[in-house]
Amino acid sequence: MSSVNLEPLRDFAATQWEKLVRQFDDLDALRQRLDYQTYILAAAGLVSSLLLGLADFATQGAIEARRNEDIQVTLEQVVPNNLHDNVLVNDVKTITEPAKSGTLTTPVYIARQNGAVTGVAFKFIANGGYSGPIVLMIGLDKEGTVLGVRVVAHAETPGLGDKIERNKSDWIESFNTRSLDNTPAERFKVKKDGGDFDQFAGATITPRAVVHGVESGLQFFQRHRDELLQ
Amino acid sequence: MNEEFRKITRDGLWDNNIVFSQSIALCPLLAVTGTAVNGLGMGLATTAVMVVCNAMVSKGRLLIPPEIRIPIFVVLIAMVVTLVDMVMNAWLHEMHKVLGLFIPLIVTNCAILGRVEAYASRQPVPAAAMDGLMMGLGFTLALVVLGATREVLGAGTLFANASLLLGESFAWMETVLIEKYRGFLLMALPPGGFLMLGFILAGKKILDRKLQARSKAVSVNLTESVQLEG
Repeated sequence: MSSVNLEPLRDFAATQWEKLVRQFDDLDALRQRLDYQTYILAAAGLVSSLLLGLADFATQGAIEARRNEDIQVTLEQVVPNNLHDNVLVNDVKTITEPAKSGTLTTPVYIARQNGAVTGVAFKFIANGGYSGPIVLMIGLDKEGTVLGVRVVAHAETPGLGDKIERNKSDWIESFNTRSLDNTPAERFKVKKDGGDFDQFAGATITPRAVVHGVESGLQFFQRHRDELLQ
Repeated sequence: MNEEFRKITRDGLWDNNIVFSQSIALCPLLAVTGTAVNGLGMGLATTAVMVVCNAMVSKGRLLIPPEIRIPIFVVLIAMVVTLVDMVMNAWLHEMHKVLGLFIPLIVTNCAILGRVEAYASRQPVPAAAMDGLMMGLGFTLALVVLGATREVLGAGTLFANASLLLGESFAWMETVLIEKYRGFLLMALPPGGFLMLGFILAGKKILDRKLQARSKAVSVNLTESVQLEG
């Protein structure tokens, strides 16, 4: 292989490279040329996408880890630690349900003590909020009684609707120990609608949406109870 | 600091402030200034983007043909913003949770394209980077001032959640100015942003006019004394 003479090839490459570099001596003339303009725009796009690809590669792991930490923190709040000895984030069952458009997949985190299921936690979307969906994390024991609920994401009015967050008010704790058995449908409402749950001064729509969301979450659990408790 | 840099600083922070004087970039301004801390975070992220974009464009200014400069600038700015978004998500996760929604919006901030086009594409790298820094800091100043006034009037607090953004060591910044304040909702909502911005712009105009009158009075006094002496 080494007998192949690369000399002419190298010379050719060198002259071409020199030609290319020499063109950059007269930038004013170069900038006028249409083909150069095309290349420079393409180069900008290429360099940008390369950098973004590298950055994605570098941050992917960290972003994934942060996301899991977030879920872990919320899970710890809705399922008490003394109820399970496994790591919830790693014990996931996926439930698929038909929804309005296509199907809806809900990952359900299973809490186990000595291998037996003691509770579940899942993210559930409460619709009908004042501005967009409200994402809840609902923790239930195996009888379907609420252990804890937290709002994971929402876009409700600051100062009014955001009292559904645990760090703004303890309203969200009023769901604890509720279940479909001890709270019939006509009482699973805000007080204004004749139910059991407080609304906020100046904001009824938000708590109404959350109450309805929790009720739907409980119904979701009931529908899939057998599958989840296996 | 030489004369030129002093002028850049003055322009960026006051004389030619993006918000107070040029009245641009109002979309992100009004969107995030519900609280002072949100304003600060958004301002710093925007500053970072402005410095990097200005420096990059200034470095490559001789290579960029005027005919296609805008598409190239847009590609570069979009790339830098996406990089900032990824990096914040990975390593400043708490801040990203608060500002995440608004970071991609930095792309639409016309002030960045404006500075790149009007200044960086004609100036050497150090001056361009300095201009980006000072314009960015001026923007941050506007965001913090507006955020702080809205926060005080709307919720009675100042720099709430500062520890979330800057780390636990900044918890001392969080102050409650008005105990048991019921909140003035209008200020927390978008219309409050418009109203407050109007007041601040008017205030700046008055201040500038006063300063101008005073400097005029000083120069008149000077000429008079010179005449008397003469």
